[in-house]
Amino acid sequence: MAYTFRGGIHPGTKNDPGFKSATNTKPIEVLKAPDKVVLPVSMHIGAPAKPLVKKGDIVDMGQMIAEAGGFVSAPVHASVSGKVVDVVPMLHQNGSKVLSIVIENDHEDRLHESVKPKDFESMSNDERIQALWDAGIVGHGGATFPTHVKIKSGIGKCDTILINGAECEPYITSDHRLLLERPEEIVEGVRYLVKIMGVKQAFIGIELNKEDTFAKIEQLLAGDPVIKLAPLECRYPQGAEKQLINAVTGREVPSGKLPADAGCAVFNVDTAGAVYRCFAKGMPVIRRVVTVSGSAINEPKNLEARTGTCITELIDACGGFKSAPNKLLAGGPMMGVAQFTTDVPVLKGTNAFLAFCEDEDKRVENPTCIRCGRCVGVCPMHLTPVYMNMFAARNDLEGCEEYDVLDCIECGSCAYVCPARIPLVQQFRVAKMRVQEKRKAAAAAAQK
Amino acid sequence: MYDFSKVVITSSPHIKSKEDTQSIMLDVLIALIPSLAVSTYIFGFRAILMTVVSVAACMVFEAIYDRIVGKPNTIKDLSAAVTGVLLAFVCPVTLPYWMLIIGDGIAIIVAKCLFGGLGKNFINPALAGRAFLLASWPVAMTTWVRARSSVGLISNSTEALDAMTSATPLAIIKGTAEGELPSIASMFLGSIGGSMGEVSAIALIIGGVYLLVRKVITIHIPAAYIGTVAVLTFLFPQGGLGHLESMLYSLFGGGLMLGAFFMATDYSTSPVSRKGQVVFGIGCGLLTVMIRYFGGYPEGVCYSILLMNTTVWLIDKYTRPTKFGAPAKQKKEG
Repeated sequence: MAYTFRGGIHPGTKNDPGFKSATNTKPIEVLKAPDKVVLPVSMHIGAPAKPLVKKGDIVDMGQMIAEAGGFVSAPVHASVSGKVVDVVPMLHQNGSKVLSIVIENDHEDRLHESVKPKDFESMSNDERIQALWDAGIVGHGGATFPTHVKIKSGIGKCDTILINGAECEPYITSDHRLLLERPEEIVEGVRYLVKIMGVKQAFIGIELNKEDTFAKIEQLLAGDPVIKLAPLECRYPQGAEKQLINAVTGREVPSGKLPADAGCAVFNVDTAGAVYRCFAKGMPVIRRVVTVSGSAINEPKNLEARTGTCITELIDACGGFKSAPNKLLAGGPMMGVAQFTTDVPVLKGTNAFLAFCEDEDKRVENPTCIRCGRCVGVCPMHLTPVYMNMFAARNDLEGCEEYDVLDCIECGSCAYVCPARIPLVQQFRVAKMRVQEKRKAAAAAAQK
Repeated sequence: MYDFSKVVITSSPHIKSKEDTQSIMLDVLIALIPSLAVSTYIFGFRAILMTVVSVAACMVFEAIYDRIVGKPNTIKDLSAAVTGVLLAFVCPVTLPYWMLIIGDGIAIIVAKCLFGGLGKNFINPALAGRAFLLASWPVAMTTWVRARSSVGLISNSTEALDAMTSATPLAIIKGTAEGELPSIASMFLGSIGGSMGEVSAIALIIGGVYLLVRKVITIHIPAAYIGTVAVLTFLFPQGGLGHLESMLYSLFGGGLMLGAFFMATDYSTSPVSRKGQVVFGIGCGLLTVMIRYFGGYPEGVCYSILLMNTTVWLIDKYTRPTKFGAPAKQKKEG
C-alpha cells in the first residue's frame, strides 16, 4: 500500500510522468572541481554567515570560511583548497548581489585539519548538534532551513522523523540517484538522526516512480525496529512538509504552526546523507548533486559539483544549450526561481538547474477566470484559490485573509491546472505580503 | 558565452497543463456531436442548419459586444459557440430562425456579456435564452414535430406542421397533452418528439461520458442531479405508471440528460467545490421533479437549473472546503 494526501497534481505526460526520464537512469557524474568557486554567505534561510577569511588568505578544503551569524544561520566552508582572491558582493540565485567569498582553486584538494571522523557514541547530544551546525548542514531539499535548529526545537516535541525522498518536483532526479547509488549514507544518516532526536519511529518516504530504490533500502533497513520505508503514490506536492506528514502519519500540521507541532521532523534524503558525512567522515557541506535538465539542454545529466561552482560549468558539462534558452530555473519547474544568466553559483540547496527553449509556462494576455473550480480540487491545503484570486485581484485584503491566503504554500498546483492561465501563485504571493504588512502595521499601531 | 537574450523572468510555476479554456470548450462541442447526429437523423438537415445559425449568431453577438465596449475579442475561447449549440438544442426544430437569433442575442448580450462575460455571468446563457423564448413565443417553443417527419430547411411551413405536431412524453404523462406514450427504448434512442438536442438520452450520455473521461466535468453534478430525479420519481410515480416505468420515463424524457451533463455543469454558474456541486445537483433534481409534478409546465429542467444558478454564491459560501490544519478539525481529532 502506498501513502498519499488529498489534492495535488500529476505533471508530465503519459510517456514521461514527472518529466524525469531524461535523467532518472543517468548515474551521478562527478564534475571536475572548477578553477574558481564563489561561496555566498547566504546559502540558507536565516542570518547571513560572517566571513572568517580575507583577501589573500590560503584556505584548505572543508575549512570554515564564514561562521554562523546567529542561531538560525549556518557556516560556510571552502569547497576547494586555494587562495581567497576576493570577498565581494556577487550575483546570487535570488537575483541580488550577496557578499561572497571567491576562492581560486589550487587543485590540490588539501583537506583541512578539522575534517576527521567523529566519535558519535562518546559525544553528548549537544556536542552532536553542535557538530551538525559546524558542518553547515541545512535542508537540502531546497528550503535550506538550518538542520540544527530543526533538531534542537524538535527534541521532546517530535516522536516521528520523516525522511523526504518524495522528490515530487518534475524533472529533478538528484535525490533519486542518491537513493539508488548511495543508500548506505542515507540510512546511516537517518540512524544518527533517530539517536539524536530520540524518536520512536522514522519513515523514509519515497514515491513509487523510484521503486527501483526500494529493494536495497529495505535490505539496509532489515531488522531495524525504528526506521521503515514508506512507499508514496506519485503526486505533487508530496514533498511539501505538511503534505508528507499527512500522507505518512495522517496528521495535519495545525494552520500557522510548524511540523514539530504535529510531532514530526522532516529531513531531505540528502540532508540525512550530509549528517552521515558529518559524523563518519567529518566532512562539512561542500558538494551538491544537481540535476541539469530541460528541453534546452543538449545532454541532461545528474552532476555532483562543489558548492560555489558556476552553473555555466555545469551547462558546459552537459554539452551546452540546444538553442538559446527561453527560461532558466534554479530548482524545479513548480517552485524554482527564474534566472537571467547561468553566471550564478551552485548553493547547498540547488537540487536542479533547468533550461527550456520553448515557452512552457504558456502566459496569455487578459487571463479570464472561467470558475471551473479545478484549482479548488487540486489545492493540497484545501483552500479556494478561485475566490482568493478574486479578492486579491481587487486588492480586498480582508477577503484574502478570510479565505486563508496565508495558508497558501505556493506549490503552484492551482496555477498549473488553471485553463485560463491566471498567474495565481504570483497573485497570492503579493496578497500574502500585503496582508502581513497590514498585520504588522496594525500591531505597531496597537503598541502606540 | 551563451545567448540569454531570449530569457524571460516569471513567477513560479513555470510549467502548465495542456488544457486551456479553448480546448475545454472544444471538448464540450465534440461531446455534443453525437446528439447533433441523432437530431439530424430524426429531424433532418434543418437540425444542423439551426445549430450552425445559432452558433454563428452567438459568436457575432459576442464579437459586436466586445467591439462596442472596447474589450479584446473573446470569441476564440469558443464559449459563445457552446452557448449557440446548447440554445439550438433546447429549441424545437421548427422554431423560425429569426426567433432563434433573438434568443441567441438575449443569451449572449444580456445573460453573459452585460455581467462581464465568460466566468462572470450568474445564470446559464443558453437557458436564459430559452426562458426568454418560451415566455415570448410559447406556442412556437412548444410545437413538436413527430420524429422522422421532414421539416422545410428554410421555411417551417406551419400548415404542414399542424398535421404533424406531436406531444412530448412528459406532457403525456402529466396529462396536459393527449397521445400515446412512446416506448422507453425509443426514448432512450431518441425517436420521439421534443427539443432538437434532447431527444436521444443515449447520445447525450455518450457525450457526458466523453466529458467525464476528458476531465472537463466531474461526476458530482450529473450524478447528484440524475440520482435525485431517479430516486424521487421511483418513490412517487406519476400518471398511473409503475415505479420503474415512472423513473425511466422521467430520466430519458425531456432535457434531463442535456441539463445534467451540459447545462448544470456550466462552470460559471455552478459551485466550485465538490461538496457544493453535490448540493447544487440535488437542488436541481428536487426542483425539476417539483416543477414536473406540481408546476404549470411538463418540463422543469430549464427553470430548475436557472433557479439553482442564483444560489451558487450561497452554496459556495457554505460548502467551502475545510482548510488543511484548520483549528476546528484539530479539536475534533484531539
